Amino acid sequence: MSGLLRICTGGSVDDGKSTLIGRMLHDAQAVYEDQVHSVRAASANRGVGPIDFSLFTDGLRAEREQGITIDVAYRYFATAHRKFILADTPGHEQYTRNMATGASTADVAILLVDARHGLRVQSRRHARIARLLGISDFVIAVNKMDLVDFSRDVFDEIRDDFATLLEGARCHAIPLSALHGDNVIARSARTPWFAGPPLLEHLETVDVGRNVTAQPFRLPVQLVLRPNDGFRGYAGQIASGIVRVGDRVAVWPSGRSARVTRIVTFDGDRLMVFAPMSITLTLDEELDISRGDLLAQEGPHVGCRFEADVVWMDERPLDPNRLYLLKHTTRTVTAEVSHGLVLNQIGTLTVSTTRPLVFDAYRHNRATGSFVLIDTSTCFTAGAGMIAAPVAGRAARAAEAPVSAAERLARLARRAGSDEEAARAVAQALEEMLT
Amino acid sequence: MTALQLDHLQALEAEAIHILREVAAEFERPVMLYSIGKDSSVMLRLAQKAFHPAPIPFPLLHIDTTYKFREMIRFRDETARAVGARLIVHTNQEAIAEGTQPFAVGTQRCCALLKTRALLDALEAGRFDAAIGGARRDEERSRAKERIFSVRDGNGQWDPKRQRPELWHLLNARLRPGETIRVFPLSNWTEIDIWQYIHLERIPVAPLYFAREREVIVRGGSLILQEQPFVVTMPGEQPQIVRCRMRSLGCSPCTGAIRSDADTVPKIIDELIATRHSERQLRVIDHDQDGSMEIKKREGYF
Repeated sequence: MSGLLRICTGGSVDDGKSTLIGRMLHDAQAVYEDQVHSVRAASANRGVGPIDFSLFTDGLRAEREQGITIDVAYRYFATAHRKFILADTPGHEQYTRNMATGASTADVAILLVDARHGLRVQSRRHARIARLLGISDFVIAVNKMDLVDFSRDVFDEIRDDFATLLEGARCHAIPLSALHGDNVIARSARTPWFAGPPLLEHLETVDVGRNVTAQPFRLPVQLVLRPNDGFRGYAGQIASGIVRVGDRVAVWPSGRSARVTRIVTFDGDRLMVFAPMSITLTLDEELDISRGDLLAQEGPHVGCRFEADVVWMDERPLDPNRLYLLKHTTRTVTAEVSHGLVLNQIGTLTVSTTRPLVFDAYRHNRATGSFVLIDTSTCFTAGAGMIAAPVAGRAARAAEAPVSAAERLARLARRAGSDEEAARAVAQALEEMLT
Repeated sequence: MTALQLDHLQALEAEAIHILREVAAEFERPVMLYSIGKDSSVMLRLAQKAFHPAPIPFPLLHIDTTYKFREMIRFRDETARAVGARLIVHTNQEAIAEGTQPFAVGTQRCCALLKTRALLDALEAGRFDAAIGGARRDEERSRAKERIFSVRDGNGQWDPKRQRPELWHLLNARLRPGETIRVFPLSNWTEIDIWQYIHLERIPVAPLYFAREREVIVRGGSLILQEQPFVVTMPGEQPQIVRCRMRSLGCSPCTGAIRSDADTVPKIIDELIATRHSERQLRVIDHDQDGSMEIKKREGYF
């Protein structure tokens, strides 16, 4: 069992997520006394009941004033068994992108649902996003059970609806009341028909079974360290797998290989290291390796064209006639897509890049299968992508009919929305051609 | 295969090193804010680890209000020497010359001039495009929403409604002209993580963190060390000898000590686990109004 569990939450607005988390933090004693006092004071100002648990997590003034959560808030708590990082993500539809953000690093998703309403549009949407982002462990928190008299039938129906929706994932449904604390930390006497553990106990013991060390070795090169002529180290965070001194590794996209001579850390050399450690390697041959290359044993995909599921997160729609920056592992390239998307829309697109990427399918490797799209003029992180599969053909065709550098730059400039954007796109493309 | 798993501190360390290396790779002129506190001490060690065997590729910047504890300044200079890092110290001399101090102008204005203004000026003077800070999300409610790469506009200000989504470990380092970025590699650490790491790694921290007998003024619930000439006893107050320590380090007039017997790192950890008060409670400046940290952050405060 890992010492660190990352959780995200999802559900419709008003289903009581912030209240549930506030309650969990409060009952697990992760909220200190003076924070309780300041929340009590603020609750009194808003004229809401004696203590409003959502105020523990609704951090920003705007949220407190409007009474809704509008951004991801990260919370930390620990029990004797585990340490938790919890991303509290908003239920308001306008901010669906935040669900994707929270889910991208989570091991477990808690989907909250109001027992009176059952499965709603937003719950479906959040479930879908969490599945798309690779989460296969879910907690269905059926909240406000006190308002349906702790009815077993209501609970069973909601549980079954989610089981159908999340087919193939591991689902654990719990009947609870965040407001009153039923089945949050301690088993509730009001649900004698429920045999499972309360929420916190489940989170302490759930085995998420994501074993990145069992996957093939992948190390995206972040930096080349050359403190002196005698040392040339490749620094990065291992995305998956393990590597030992003496292993033969290939450098992608070139595919040339060399042997690992040393694994260097501040705490001394190591013989074997594994994901997700941040380390530095040296090799027995002087290969041309720079930031953005990938060290691997079994070959990943190399190509300029792939299918991907993209979540669009920007108010400005994704435009197939514009160019975007695409950041994948430690490599940033220029990219275009096959068709458009609007805010909060999810679609499967074909993505073409100016330089090849070295990647895996997202379902096989979260780190080497994910990317973000950056708007070249606003620099906003506008899209989140998960690679489904490579698309063959385009690379071959490009080789048959090479486009001159000048033609390519002119085409980029024509496609830009403004002069400023054109200048940026051309500068970026030039930089790529020269490096 | 269960042996091949990182414990939570190793996982946090690997993540922080990844973030520091991204900064070095993506920015032209990064700088690390060094505040002398325990979080800075951890961050400095992580920077050594990130670039070993090469030296830390960016300078350290200390914003000196001139009201820091004397022990802090000694510790700062020793640490910079030991690590071999370049240390830049910046003070808003103009404000000091005008007599700015918390009792004369109030804590809000004092922080605005000696911390926020001084920081923005120092970043501009150094033409730094990225400033690495030791803030943690568990410290305060508005910090819980801070990104790891957090964009500031041309005036150094933060817009919490226009934050970029941050997915996986893909950090967007692109900036528009005039924008700068604040980087928080310790975002996911808690106060107890910091102390456990200090213990495990034997990281030196300022001696003020350890309990010993100190002469203090007991005022309300806080213990104030009399280091500045303008910190004087009020009628009825007597300096007392109290066994105490600092839970967080700031300016001496505005940072209270806590009564404590914790004179070693393990004792501090035990005390933290037992304690029922959060660490910023003793920082007067956070409590001047509801949401005050968010207001300071919007204006450019770290």
